[in-house]
Amino acid sequence: MTDIDPQITGETMPAPGVAPGTLHTEDLLVNMGPQHPSTHGVLRLLLRTDGELVVEATPHIGYLHRCAEKIGENVTPVQFVPMTDRLDYLAAMNNNHGYSLAVEKLCGIEVPERARYIRVIMCELNRIASHLVSFGSYGLDMGAFTPFLYAFREREYIVDLFEATCGARLTYNYLTIGGAAADLPAGFLDRLAWFLDYFEPKIDEYNRLLSYNYIFVKRTAGVGVISAADAIAYGLTGPCLRGSGVRWDLRRCVPYEIYDRFEFDIPIGVPGGTDDIPPEVVVGDSWSRYYVRMLEMKQSVRILRQCLRQIPDGEYRAKVPRVLKLPAGEVYLEVEGARGQLGFLVVGDNGPIPRRVKVRGPSFCNLSIIPHVCRRVLLADVAAILGSIDVVMGEVDR
Amino acid sequence: MTAAEHAVGLSVQEIASLLQARFADAVLEVDADSKHPGIRVAPELWHDVALFLRDDPRLRMNLLRCISAVDLHPQPYIEVIYDLLSMRPPASSGGPSRDLWSCAGLIAVRVRLPRDRAHVRSVADVWPTANWHEREAFDLMGVTFDGHPDLRRILCPDDWVGHPLRKDYVFPTEYHGIPAAAGGVTDGAGASEDH
Amino acid sequence: MGWLRNRFEENFAITTIDWALNWARSNSVWPLTFGLACCAIEMMAAGASRFDLDRFGAGAFRATPRQADLMIVAGTVTFKMAARIRRLYEQMPEPKYVLAMGACTVGGGPYYKYGYHVVKGVDLIVPVDVYVPGCPPRPEALLEGLMRLQEKIRKETIAKKAEPA
Repeated sequence: MTDIDPQITGETMPAPGVAPGTLHTEDLLVNMGPQHPSTHGVLRLLLRTDGELVVEATPHIGYLHRCAEKIGENVTPVQFVPMTDRLDYLAAMNNNHGYSLAVEKLCGIEVPERARYIRVIMCELNRIASHLVSFGSYGLDMGAFTPFLYAFREREYIVDLFEATCGARLTYNYLTIGGAAADLPAGFLDRLAWFLDYFEPKIDEYNRLLSYNYIFVKRTAGVGVISAADAIAYGLTGPCLRGSGVRWDLRRCVPYEIYDRFEFDIPIGVPGGTDDIPPEVVVGDSWSRYYVRMLEMKQSVRILRQCLRQIPDGEYRAKVPRVLKLPAGEVYLEVEGARGQLGFLVVGDNGPIPRRVKVRGPSFCNLSIIPHVCRRVLLADVAAILGSIDVVMGEVDR
Repeated sequence: MTAAEHAVGLSVQEIASLLQARFADAVLEVDADSKHPGIRVAPELWHDVALFLRDDPRLRMNLLRCISAVDLHPQPYIEVIYDLLSMRPPASSGGPSRDLWSCAGLIAVRVRLPRDRAHVRSVADVWPTANWHEREAFDLMGVTFDGHPDLRRILCPDDWVGHPLRKDYVFPTEYHGIPAAAGGVTDGAGASEDH
Repeated sequence: MGWLRNRFEENFAITTIDWALNWARSNSVWPLTFGLACCAIEMMAAGASRFDLDRFGAGAFRATPRQADLMIVAGTVTFKMAARIRRLYEQMPEPKYVLAMGACTVGGGPYYKYGYHVVKGVDLIVPVDVYVPGCPPRPEALLEGLMRLQEKIRKETIAKKAEPA
C-alpha cells in the first residue's frame, strides 16, 4: 500500500483540543545504521521522516569498501579468485565462477566437461544456501525468529558438502581458472542426492511457516512496489527484477556455461489471487521478491537433479600454465548470481597481471532503487523493502 | 558460446551503421570482432547517442549493465566503457506469459577522455542506474560527469584524497590519526614482483 | 560493581564473591550485533542451531551497545567505519570486552597489502581482549575465542590491587 490512508497522517484528523491547521510538525532525520540489525551489513540509511512516514531515504555506502578492484590490478588471476569469494560472501561459488569464466574467455582456455558440471552443481547449491540465509534473515527482520534457525540448519548440510570438497565453509576459492581446484570427493554425489531428497519437501514446509503467515503477508504484501519499467531503468536484476514480473534470467536469456542443457523454469511475481498467492499481493512488492527466491530454490533443486544424472567422468581442470599470460584485450562477462547479474570486466595487458578488474555487483544496482521506492512509506516498511531487496554489502562496496 | 551469438537483434556492425547514419561524426571506431565488441564514440556527442540508443525502436538499449573506467597509463587517456543490453518483452503481452524476455542486442560503448581533463556528460537522466555508477567512476577514477544531479564520492569517505584506481595513486600513510600501513607497504601501486 | 571495587584487601570473602561474580559474568556475556562482513555469517552460524552460542549464555545478541558486554568485531574494518566503531565502543558500559574475529580485524587480513581503505587491525581503534584468527574462523574457533574470554573474565578480581613497589 503505497498510498497511505490519510487518516493515519493526521492531515485530516486534527488533534483533540487543537484547531485544524495549527499543529506544527517538523521533519526528523533518523539515522539507520551502519550498525543496525536490519540493514544486512554496514549500510547507512539516512531517513527524513514526517512522524512515522519516511519522506526521503538516502543510502550511504562504502563502509565495507575493501579495494577489491585495486587488488585485482596487482595480483594474478589465480591469486584474485579468493578475493572474489569475499564480494558476495553468501554465494561465493558464483563469484569464483564469474571471474574464472571471464579470464578463461580472455585467454581462450577450454574447460573440460566434468569441470563444467562441477561448477553448475556448486553454483546452484550456493544459490540455495544464499536464498536460505535471505529467507531466514528476512523473517528475523520481520520479527519471526524461528525461520532463521531452520534456514541455518539446512544451510549447514550444504556447507558440509562444500567443506568436504574444498575445505572451507564460506570462502571457497574452489572454482578457479580452468575448472575446479580439486575433484569431487568420493561419496559426494550420493550425499548430494540424499540432501536433495531431504530438502525439497522442506521448501513447502517453510512456505507454510513464513510465506503465508498472516502477519508476514500484512507486512510485506503491497509494500515497496517496483514496476517493471522502473526495475529495468534502475538496473535491477535477479529476484528483484523477476519479482516485478519480468521473466529474465541470464541462465536462459544469455546462456553461459552449460545451462542450456537443463530444463528449469524462471519464477516471476504474479498478482494476488492466482494459484495460492495471497490476495493482497501486488506484482513487484516485497512479498513477490521474497517468494521468487523460495521458488528459485525449487528450480535449483531441479537443476541439481539433472546434473546428477548427466555428470560425466573426466578431468576436473584444464591444463593452465603456471604463469598465465593474459593477452591484450578486454572481456566483460556476466553470470546470474544469487542476487542478480554479476559482471566482471577483465582488461588484459600482455602480462600475468590484469590492467583492470571491474566488478559489477548486482546488489550495488539493486540498492540504488531505495531512494526511489522509499517515499511516503512507514518507517517499518523500510526494513521490509530492504530485506526483500536482499543486499550483501560485500558486493555493494567491493 | 558468447553472449553475442545468442542475441537475436542487431549486431554491433549494424548498430554502428545506424549511428553513423544518424550522427555524422559520432562513431570513431568500430570493434565488432573482439571479445568485447563495441564502438568508440566522441565524448561531446555521447549524450545524444545515448538517447538514440535507448529510444530508437530498432535498438531499445534499456539496460545499462555497467559503467567501467579504465586508466590507460602510460597513454594519457581514461576510457569509460558503457555496457548496454536490450531487453525485449515477449511477443504476447498482458498477463503472466510463459515466454521469456529476450536479449536483442549487446554493445559496449567506449568514450576516451584525456587523463588531466576527464569530463563527459552524465547519462543519469537517460538511464537512472547510471547515477550510482557515475558516482563510483568519479570516486575511484576521477572522471567528472557534467550534469550529474549529485556528483560526490560514494565508496571512499568524503574527505578522501586522491582517486584510488588511477595508476599514479599514492597510498595514504594515515587517515584521521589511524596509521594506514602498520609496518608495511605504502607504495602498493603498480605490480609487485614477489608472487 | 564500581562501588565494591578497590575497597577491600584480598581475603576469603572477596575471593568467594569474586568467584560468584565472575561465574555469573562469564556465563552471560551478551554480544553486540556487529557483523561487518563475511565473518558475520560465521558468527550467525555460531549463534544458530548447530553451534549454538546460547548454551554459553552468549546467545542474547543486543542491537544496542548500551546493553552489550562484548563487541565481536566480525569483518573488515575500513577507515570510513572506524569512527563508528570507536563511538560504539565508547557507548558500551563497563565492564566491556572486544573480540577481534577474523584475519581482517587481527591484522588487516588479505587486504593488508593493497587495501588502501582497510584498517590493518581493529586494535588500532579499540583495545582488543581476544584475537580469533581465520578467514573466516570456523564457528568452533569463535567458540574457543569466547571460552578464552570467559577464562579471562574468571581471573578478574574486585580486591584492592597491591601498591606498585
